Amino acid sequence: MRVHSSRHSSAQNGLLVDKRTKLRAYWALIKSLQTALLLITGLAGFMSSRCPFLNIEMLIAVGGSLFLSISGSTVLNMWYDRDLDARMERTCWRPLPAGQIKPPQALVFGVILSIAGIGWALSLNALYGLIVFAGLFFDVVIYTFWLKRRTAWSILWGGISGGMPVLAGRTMGTGEIEWVGILLALAVLFWIPTHILTYNMRYFDDYARAGVPTFPSVHGFKVTRKIIAISSAIAAISMGVASIGVGMTIGYLRLIIVLSTGLLLLAGRVVIKPTERLNYGLFKYASLYMLSTMLLLAAEVF
Amino acid sequence: MVKVSIADRLLLFGTGLLAAYQIVVGIEGLATLAVASYTAGFGVILVAALLMIVLGFEILDSPLVVIVSTVIPLSISMGLIIEYYSDFKIPYFIFLVLGLLAITVTRLYTVQRIASIILSAVHAVAGTVIVILPILLARQGRATVGILWLTLGGTLMGIGGMLLAFFKAGKPVLPQETILRLLPVLLLLTSTSFVLGFTFR
Repeated sequence: MRVHSSRHSSAQNGLLVDKRTKLRAYWALIKSLQTALLLITGLAGFMSSRCPFLNIEMLIAVGGSLFLSISGSTVLNMWYDRDLDARMERTCWRPLPAGQIKPPQALVFGVILSIAGIGWALSLNALYGLIVFAGLFFDVVIYTFWLKRRTAWSILWGGISGGMPVLAGRTMGTGEIEWVGILLALAVLFWIPTHILTYNMRYFDDYARAGVPTFPSVHGFKVTRKIIAISSAIAAISMGVASIGVGMTIGYLRLIIVLSTGLLLLAGRVVIKPTERLNYGLFKYASLYMLSTMLLLAAEVF
Repeated sequence: MVKVSIADRLLLFGTGLLAAYQIVVGIEGLATLAVASYTAGFGVILVAALLMIVLGFEILDSPLVVIVSTVIPLSISMGLIIEYYSDFKIPYFIFLVLGLLAITVTRLYTVQRIASIILSAVHAVAGTVIVILPILLARQGRATVGILWLTLGGTLMGIGGMLLAFFKAGKPVLPQETILRLLPVLLLLTSTSFVLGFTFR
């Protein structure tokens, strides 16, 4: 009797561990850090509008719909790029190439998340829903399915889709697509190359092995470093001007000017004297910059 | 080169937060020129802390570090002069521009000895203003004793600056590792003292 009960409990434990492993694999599939950063941009865009109907229910609805659609598009990317991921050292541990999740399961998961996210977004506001859908369409169809394996310029579409959450959030708050929202989206758009191109250089061999055309492989490292620096500078300028348009208080504006100056100086240094280390530093600073400025936009509400 | 540890990163992050706080709310309501000066000083502290977090202590190898770090004492002392001894603001501003220019030129184009003399002279003047001026103001009753936190901040910054200068000159008074371990602590303490000084003066 005791033996039976111990076997039963160890089987239960095994099942629990299996479920936990599976859950962790699904969580890895949505790239939680990247999704969180894009979600923060969307919420910051929404909160920056300081619209009269800003309340916790609406904030949860905007956050929820963005989280689902961003996660959905990320899962669909992972599903489609599983063969590339398997060929790259940096990504071969991911749940799909590692065999932790089967491709059809990932596809169903991605489609469910996407439909739920876009459906929820459309039910909140048609224009908002349309922008959220555009973000997913640019990311999954244009960037991943169509261009990523064909041209290094695909990152432009990756950038455009990355700028959609903040534009969607801002539009949801103001009720229209206005220049501040577009500038905020531009800031994210120009931040994305900093992110992708730095990885392209750092994992150059990986991308070459996978056969993905990248800026470093097509145009060389020197040109790529300059593009990273210039796009960081444009991101900083767009963010600075957008902050004025948002109507930030002078204290927050001062802080954004300081952070932007730091980014511009670092970008300038990379153009004049590029090194891999400095480049990686610029990428990290730019990410920190994007996170801080978005948090500042949101903090203005309080 | 010593690697930046998690504790160092936390200390630098704290420094950055304090500098950011000071830029956003700590200097509200002052004259425009004073605000600009303090923003430059605390801005350099903030960006330097962030750069050390992302790039590590290797960033200290750059010759630009000495030039940029001079902005901290110069701009904070400039802000104090504008606020409390406004008659001297133009001569002090001329000193600030010439000092920064002299440091830049000697750092980039002359021998180490001349560069070090110029650097020490400019830092000594700016440091003295930050350390002595609050004592005078407290004695004269133009500010509360809380302003003496600025004296402490200036002293700590001076210690940090000297350690860094010896380190850069290749003649460290302490082992290199000790200096780099002390630097984040000194930066945090300096920022804390400055924030307290500006809050309770």
